Amino acid sequence: MDPALEELKEIVTEALGESIVDSTLSIAETRGELVIQVKRDDIVRVLTYLRDNVNCQFKQLVDLCGVDYPEREERFEVVYNLLSMTLNRRIRVKVRTGGELVPSVVGVFSTAGWFERECWDLFGVPFDGNPDLRRILTDYGFEGHPLRKDFPLSGFVEMRYDDEKKRVVYEPVKLTQEFRSFDFLSPWEGLAPQLPGDEKAEKNEGEGA
Amino acid sequence: MAQNQIKNMTLNFGPQHPAAHGVLRMVLEMDGEIIDRADPHIGLLHRGTEKLIENKTYQQATPYFDRLDYVAPQNQEHAFVLAAEKLLGVDVPERAQYIRVLYCEIGRILNHILNVSSYAMDVGAMTPMLWSFEDRERLMEFCERVSGARMHMNYFRVGGVSQDMPAGLAEDILKWIDAFPQMIDDMETLLTENRIFKQRTVDIAKVSQEQALDWGFTGPNLRASGVAWDLRKSQPYDAYAKMDFDIPVGKYGDCYDRYIVRMMEMRESLKIMRQAIEKMPEGPTITENRKVASPPRADMKTSMEALIHHFKLMTEGMHVPAGETYTAVEAPKGEFAVYLVSDGTNKPYRCKIRAPGFAHLQAMDMMCEGHMLADAVAVIGSIDIVFGEIDR
Repeated sequence: MDPALEELKEIVTEALGESIVDSTLSIAETRGELVIQVKRDDIVRVLTYLRDNVNCQFKQLVDLCGVDYPEREERFEVVYNLLSMTLNRRIRVKVRTGGELVPSVVGVFSTAGWFERECWDLFGVPFDGNPDLRRILTDYGFEGHPLRKDFPLSGFVEMRYDDEKKRVVYEPVKLTQEFRSFDFLSPWEGLAPQLPGDEKAEKNEGEGA
Repeated sequence: MAQNQIKNMTLNFGPQHPAAHGVLRMVLEMDGEIIDRADPHIGLLHRGTEKLIENKTYQQATPYFDRLDYVAPQNQEHAFVLAAEKLLGVDVPERAQYIRVLYCEIGRILNHILNVSSYAMDVGAMTPMLWSFEDRERLMEFCERVSGARMHMNYFRVGGVSQDMPAGLAEDILKWIDAFPQMIDDMETLLTENRIFKQRTVDIAKVSQEQALDWGFTGPNLRASGVAWDLRKSQPYDAYAKMDFDIPVGKYGDCYDRYIVRMMEMRESLKIMRQAIEKMPEGPTITENRKVASPPRADMKTSMEALIHHFKLMTEGMHVPAGETYTAVEAPKGEFAVYLVSDGTNKPYRCKIRAPGFAHLQAMDMMCEGHMLADAVAVIGSIDIVFGEIDR
């Protein structure tokens, strides 16, 4: 592994020890990218440290986004991607939330404002302290959070211009053809001992007998 | 008689305004003709690209990237294929790397031509737009010759490019590279020392280095504020490490500097394009890894194995090992990045698109405050926004 990255990892782990969740596991290097997972309530402190410390100097928050893992207890992950131009390094900071308030980092990076709005809009993750937490990408009056995994691809409402009412109307989605989602997943590297679907035949035999 | 108190007024700018470069609705709070607060409303072109990509295979996802920043489509594709390659651990043949660099620079010039000329038109100069579109058309012809489509190329593939360049194309591009500097010179004669142009842009919306970093500026907008930062130099990808070019940097960070930086970048792009063509080696243009890239069509006629691979790739698509990556490229507008999370199946689990324009537009309020209404138009033009990528 890159020695400079190793060094940065040591600095960060040492300084932020108590904020990092499970430091042995979660400070993992994936393909040369440094990832740390921190406690939700400490995010402001962590980002301020990363921005101001001389050995880090992550002066730019390039990206903030959410990821939804419905099977987890705390289903949402908020991911902060930071860039240090002085060191020419990137770091990824993650926090988890199950819909609880995440402290806003607008005070640390002004650019977080819209990114947090986007995360709220698409995932429904609320940010505590964001001065302007309105929806941003979806329509005025939109309901739901479209990037959640349980939100259907087709959405719930469709809109059209109604010539009689002389305005735009919203109606439940009507698809003229059923939405088809094919599952192409199959054993790619040769055949498995049992092909998917084989178990049905056995079950039917059992039932038939 | 008591003097009438002037009341603040709220002005709706857009969503259909020719100078808004797309569907931007801006609510401006005006104090007379001075802007107090600018509140951009975006999302009028939101198409749910990220959601759609989660439901498509990796190969089906690349065309969506053309439709983000439709002014320079290939640069966006580049970010996505690089991210997927990183997760897959695929090596790209050298020739493909050079072709990609060549086309990324074509994309950069496509973008800068459109931006500079439409920006000039926003502040009152008509001619650059009319002149420069001729060259934009020529560049799009090069795109068409290599991929079949003028704009939405879908040319970059995971592991390389879809096909090799046709014979004679490199020579034609070289001829164009020789001719284009004259066009840049002509545009500069019209604009750079033009009194009206300078009155409209110099000292408008000055952004200091600290502000630029704080507001997440990248690309030409950041460089205009005096930060020499270019991902092509500092974190080179594909063949950029082997290219020799300079990074133009501005000084004052005003609208005029942003224009100058773009003009100079076009000349640097020409340098890179020439080197890419001259250094381009012979060889394959897409990886030989048959679990990622489809075999050549000729093989499919004779080899059963090849036919199976083709069929599996076109229906099921490639399987990307579980993992995540944040991969950024220097798109013409700034840092365009893809945060790709894979769960090991044939579809991305999450694909966050980091659009540079999103961060730039957010700073409108900071940049417009205290300026006149007419300056808002100059600011929008100078930060180079395209709604395809902002609204996704």
